[in-house]
Parts: sequence; C-alpha cells; structure tokens
Amino acid sequence: MKHPLSGAARTLRQAIVWRQINTARILSYVFSALSCTLLLSLSACGGGESNVVTGNRDGVLHYGNGTEPQGLDPHVVTGVPENHIIRALFEGLAVKNPITLEPEPGVAERWEFSDEGRVITFYLNSEAKWSNGEQVTASDYVWSWNRALHPMTGNEYSYMLFPVVNAEAYLKGEVTDFNDVGVKALDDTTLKVTLNAATPYFVQLMDHYSTFAVHPETLMQFGEMTDRYTPWTRVGNIVSNGAFTLTEWSLNRRIIVEKNEHYWDRDKVSLNSVIFYPMENVVSEERMFRVEQLHYTQVVPLDKIPLYRDMPDTPYVQAPYLGTYYYLINTQRPPVDDVRVRKALAMSVDREKLVRTVLQETAVPAYSITPPDTLGYYPPKLFDYDPAQARALLAEAGYPNGEGWPGLEILYNTNEGHRKIAVAIQQMWKSELGIDITITNQEWKVYLDSVTQIDFQVARRGWIGDYVDANNFLDLFITDGGNNNTHYSDPVYDDLILYKAPKAATREERYALFTEAETMLMEDMPIIPIYTYTSKHLIHPSVEGLHSNLMDSLNLKYVKLVPGRTLPETLR
Amino acid sequence: MLRFMFVRILQALPVILVVITATFFLVRSAPGGPFDQEKVVIPEVKKALEAQYRLDLPLHEQYFAYLGDLAQGDLGPSFKYPGRSVNEILFAGLPVTAELGLYALIIALCIGVTAGVFASLRPNTAQDYVPMSLAMIGICMPSFLLGPLLVLVFGIWLDWLPITGWGDIPGDKILPAVTLGSAYAAYIARLSRAGMLEILSQDYIRTARAKGLPEWRVVTQHALRGGLIPVIAFLGPALAGLLAGSFVVETIFQIPGLGRFYVQAAFNRDYTMILGTTVFLSSLIVFFNLVSDIIAAWLNPRLRHHFQHGGS
Repeated sequence: MKHPLSGAARTLRQAIVWRQINTARILSYVFSALSCTLLLSLSACGGGESNVVTGNRDGVLHYGNGTEPQGLDPHVVTGVPENHIIRALFEGLAVKNPITLEPEPGVAERWEFSDEGRVITFYLNSEAKWSNGEQVTASDYVWSWNRALHPMTGNEYSYMLFPVVNAEAYLKGEVTDFNDVGVKALDDTTLKVTLNAATPYFVQLMDHYSTFAVHPETLMQFGEMTDRYTPWTRVGNIVSNGAFTLTEWSLNRRIIVEKNEHYWDRDKVSLNSVIFYPMENVVSEERMFRVEQLHYTQVVPLDKIPLYRDMPDTPYVQAPYLGTYYYLINTQRPPVDDVRVRKALAMSVDREKLVRTVLQETAVPAYSITPPDTLGYYPPKLFDYDPAQARALLAEAGYPNGEGWPGLEILYNTNEGHRKIAVAIQQMWKSELGIDITITNQEWKVYLDSVTQIDFQVARRGWIGDYVDANNFLDLFITDGGNNNTHYSDPVYDDLILYKAPKAATREERYALFTEAETMLMEDMPIIPIYTYTSKHLIHPSVEGLHSNLMDSLNLKYVKLVPGRTLPETLR
Repeated sequence: MLRFMFVRILQALPVILVVITATFFLVRSAPGGPFDQEKVVIPEVKKALEAQYRLDLPLHEQYFAYLGDLAQGDLGPSFKYPGRSVNEILFAGLPVTAELGLYALIIALCIGVTAGVFASLRPNTAQDYVPMSLAMIGICMPSFLLGPLLVLVFGIWLDWLPITGWGDIPGDKILPAVTLGSAYAAYIARLSRAGMLEILSQDYIRTARAKGLPEWRVVTQHALRGGLIPVIAFLGPALAGLLAGSFVVETIFQIPGLGRFYVQAAFNRDYTMILGTTVFLSSLIVFFNLVSDIIAAWLNPRLRHHFQHGGS
C-alpha cells in the first residue's frame, strides 16, 4: 500500500539526508526572509508629530472613549461610550445646555406646553436635515418612537418614553395600535405629544438617545423596523442628523466622525472631525495622554490623581457626577430586618475618612440617595457619622457591644475598588460596633443575578442618573420597582412619588414632596448611602468649550481646539 | 502518510464536537444571562430580546439549531454587539492577531535560537549562564509587567517608539511584538540549548570535527538540523498559543485583535461569541498539533517507517 505522494516525500527527505539540500542553509534563508519581512513591516521608528499637534492644526479631536461601543443604533444600545458617539451623530428634539443642563433647541426650534403641562407641541426646525439632505420631519419621530416602543425591538431604554399616553401599554402588548399612543405628527414640522401627567423633565429626555429619530427609509432598506441586527449603522449606510457623520468604524481601534455639511447649525461647529478611541486600559489611556496622543481621557487611574492634582496648570478636571454609590440592604433578612440595626450600620460609616483615604478625594460623602444640586434639588441630611448613637441603637436592637451578633455579609461584584471600600467599611463596623462582617465577591453577571433575586444581606450598588431630576433616584424605591432590590415597600412613599409629585404645580412644591419622600426613605434606611460620584478627566489645554457638568454630558458642537498650547512641563 | 493524516483528522472532529457541547452547556449553566444589566430590563423587553435570539426555545433545540448553523459556517449573531455577527468580529480581529503572532514568533525564533545555540557551545560557562538566566527571567516575567516596562523605557523615557496602536504610527508594532515574543524566545532558547547539547555530544559531530571542519560549519551544517527538532515540535502549540494568548498584550497596547473578544465574551455572557471563539481556537489548536505531528513523523525515520509498512 504505497501512495505515489509518499514516494515524493521520501525523495525530498533523502535529498535532505544526503545533503543535496542543506537544511541549515534553508533555515538561514527562511530566517533572513522572515527577518526582512519583520523589519519592513515594523518599518522605521521615530517621533514625528503627535496627534495633538496635528489635531490642533487640522481641527481633529482625539477622544479617549472607554470601550468599543456595542453598536450605534439609538434604540438598541445602552451605555456611556455609545452615548458619546451617538450624540455626535444624532441630535434630539432638544439638547442640554452644556453648563446649566437646562433644555435648549435641537431639532425642535421651540416647544409649547398646554393642558396644564400634559400636552407638549414641538415645532421642528425646517432647516433640520438628515445627512443625505432630506428634511427631518415630525412623522420621522412618530415612526422612530413606534420603533423605540415596539415590543419586538427590545429597547432596554424604552421606559424613557413611558410618560407618553399608552406608551407603556404599547410596549407590553396591551395596546397594539400605535395610533393610540400619545404622539402625533400634525404636519411636517409639528409634533404633538400627550403625556399621562405633567412631566417636568420630559423635554430633557429628548436629549436621550432612546428618544432620537432615525431615518425610516434607511432602516427599511436593510430590514424590518424592529430588527436589531441589520447593518444600517455601518459606514456608508448610516443616515443621521447630528453635527457629525460617521466616516470610519474600525472594530476595537477607532471611530471617526466628520463635520456634517447638512447640519442646520453647522456654522457653530468648529471641529472638522473627532476620533473616538476605545481605551479599555486606563493606564494606557493616561500614558497616551502624556505623550499627546489624546486630547481627552475618559477616566484617570486613581493612583495618578494626587500627582496630577498637585501639578500647576493641571490638565486634571474633576466635577460632581449624577450618581450615588450605596449599599442595598435586604430588609427581610435578619439581622438587618431591624431598622435600628440598619441605622446603626449607616451611622458608623466614617464617609469623610473613606473619601479622604480610600478614594483619594475623588468622591463626595453621601447621606441620601439623590446627589446634591440635582437641578436645584438638595436632599435632606438626616444623620451623620455618630458611633455613640450607633452603639446605642445596636444595643437597643439586642446586640450590645456586638454581643450575640449573628454575622453579616457584604456582597460586591469583583473589582479592586469595590473590595477596598468593603474592607474599609468592614473595619469601621468592626471597630465602632464590635460586630463581625464577612465580605464576598461575585463575578459581574452572577452578582447581578443575586441582586435581582435579592439574595444577599448587604450588597454594593451604584446608580447613575438617566436624566437630571430627583425622580430618577427616588422612584427606584417604589414598591416592587425593578431596581428597588431591598423589599422596601411603603404605600405612602409610592403615593408621593407616583401621584403627588407629578401633580405639583411649581418646582418648589415638587421638591418639597421629594424631600418628604426622601426623609421617609432615610428614616427606614433600606439603603446605606456612601458617596456621590465625580467625573474625572484629563483634558489637554488646547481644548476649549468642554464644560464640566453633573451629567458629564458633552456637546462636541461647542468644542474648539486652540493650537500652540502644551502640557505642563512636569508631564513632559 | 495520507492515511495517517486522514485518521488524525477523523480523530480531531469528535474532539471539537466535545468542546462545542461542553462549552454550550457550561456557559448556559452559569448564573446571569446576556441581557442582564445593572439597570433592570423590563420583563416584556427581555422576552422580546430572548425571542430574537432563540433563547426562548428549549435548550436541546437551541443546541441542535446551533450545530445546524455551525455546519453551514454560521457562528450566529453576537449578543453584546447587535448588528455584528460572530463571524464578522472574528475575521476582523484575526488578521491583526495573526500578524502580531507572526512577528512575535519571528522575534522569538531569532532571539531564542541564537541564544540557545550560543549557550550550548560552552555549557556551564558564563556564555551559557548569562543567556539562560535571561531566558529564565523571560519565562517568569509576565507580559503585563514586561509590556508596561518596555513602554516606560522606550516609549516615555527615551521617546523612541509609539506606545499604543497598530499600524497607525510607524514603529507602533515593535513593542507589542517584542513583548509577546520574549516569553516564547525564552522557551525556544532553552529548547534549542537542550537539543543542541544532545546533538553536539553525538559521534557524527566528533567525526565532523575530526575531519577538521571549522566549528561554525559543524554547528550550522551538522548540529543545527537535529538540534532544532524540539523547537519545531514546540512551534505547533506555540502558534496556537500566540493566537489565543495575546489578550494581555492586545489590552496593554490597544491592539484591535481577537484576544479581547475571547476574554470579554465570557464576562458578557455573549453565548454565541463564547462558542464562536472557543470553536475557532480549539480548531486551530487541533490543526496546529496535527501539523506538528505530521512534521515530526516526517522527520522521524522510525515513525515514518511505521506508517509505510504495516502501520495503521
């Protein structure tokens, strides 16, 4: 059984054995060929101009953007890096002022409230165009909101539109005709929206990507309205209406957007182009900033912050952020089913010390769920760091000096930062109250499962606001709310949040109701607030018009690059 | 020989099927699903999402449906990146990872073989100890340490080389390739030293020396051929390792390769992506092992004889 080819192989082999072919020489040829390839493709090294220098000259912003976006379909994706790119490509009916965060005209040049705030009429700017030159019409919005709310689309942010009449019922399939949902195109430029109740923050939601319009014809060209995974957002396919258009999307490498010549407010746009880099490694990101390859970083490594802060003319910018870091308490599981124990725990966390040491002053101590100055709302401060009172409360609950304490477990998702905080708090509870605490970590999805099932005693949690309004934090704790996760339930609280606050006539009255609700919440303490987040960026001195605000929301339309400015000497 | 290859390929198929099956059911048994988010997803929305991705079917039906798609070369849509298929993501990352792996391998071979041969010529002297200690350090030094160190020295202090990117700025491929290659260079150095030492003590080398051949010819023409056999056997698994294991280097240097997807898919419970990357990489490993077996068989006269006469 001999195959003809095995003969050929043998001949070749014998040639090698008999040194008709010199293996060493072949090897050396192969080596030199490979080395040449290597040298050629690695090519000459050398400095050249940095991204910042060329970018400032050509109007190109180099932007560190966290991770690779899941996608760019406004009704499909969720997440912060996605938000940055989508809001460069698209524009909502209203946009947020980058300094005050109050709504200002976007696609709609103005809007009117009627019927005691229940009806909002948006008047669209007739100059608002899609990137293919077509006009953005009111019916584009009706079509897009149908898509955003359609049960088949599976839009995770569909609840943004729930203030609209029948929107929730449509999503849940209780109403099947979209004509019954409270959004109507009266003509090309008039959009009438009917709400269930006056919703003061509704216009603000028009700047959230889940309420954006998409170009119906473009989507239909690639599939059905509700399809999640068609290639309509790819370069060359996508039609958008924002200040920029998509020109390159290299997976895990960069996304390039360029100025949209059809954008209605194009004269105000100073940048020619923005390059978004997915920078997952925060240490690499900081290094790239230091060698002027980036104008802007999404975050700053914690251990570098003291260094940057002490620098003259520092590029480090820190600002309060609309988010709260807190511990959830399972109010049905002993020993934390006792409100006195919960209060004792809350009072014996020295937040000032935690922020100063573990967090390097990159957070603000929190004593309530809503961050301070949420569009003028300040939460009440009902307790303070008070170990003496905490010990008294604990004794009252039956654990004097921690005697008879059954043990308690803190759950957090695997992350070095969360671990450090849990260890610090474990230590504080041990030394102030004399009680033993164990800490446990779970991988992200496992942790999410435990939190959803309320299968824990104490669990770490963070909430980042979707819009600037105390409602977004306080409605977490309504009975059986999806993000309640504590078994907390109080009909009076539900009534305040769901019925009384929406009906309040003035902002003051509404905020007073929120204060009342928040006081109730902190009296019952189903959560232990720990700190308010801050946003932290490195911004090159040549960047202007990038304002800090509570939402960390930037509008690239206002950003300018001024050539000739360099980083402080100490960094070079 | 062909028959041997055919048998080995037949043996490889069940291995891959076992890998697919085990992966499929293991990822499903992990708590949490692809659509679980920190902000809870409305049940109706979750149901719609699960229906779009066939997750509402019984598990065994999903399994057979997946096998059916796989037979047609379709790895399914990604859960994490809506609008992209797993095939697309794999093929976007593969050329980059393969290029990085190739450069790393070349660097590893150049440095490793040179150092190994050099060390083997004067065993147990400084000429042996110095490169071998360096190799030991190279094996022990993880790339997440070596990479940032190289960046610090060559990227920031000396400012010679770019520190991130892939093909954006001239020279940005050097540091990642060196970082990835150095660990393999260290292995290859040790393997080639061992191989060369064995060969250099053989009779035919003594004969060559006795003939009066210059030492460099003895080494390059006689010893190297046999001395590098262990290195060649190592190349198969090394190639697979370079493709599957460049995750750390890709993260440090922001390289748009496969590695990141491979690791993150598991954290994201991106079922199709986990399966896709696992199937792809396990096939590669099986393939490279097959190739290195074949080369070894071809180089080894005893094995070859076995296949040609009375072998099965």
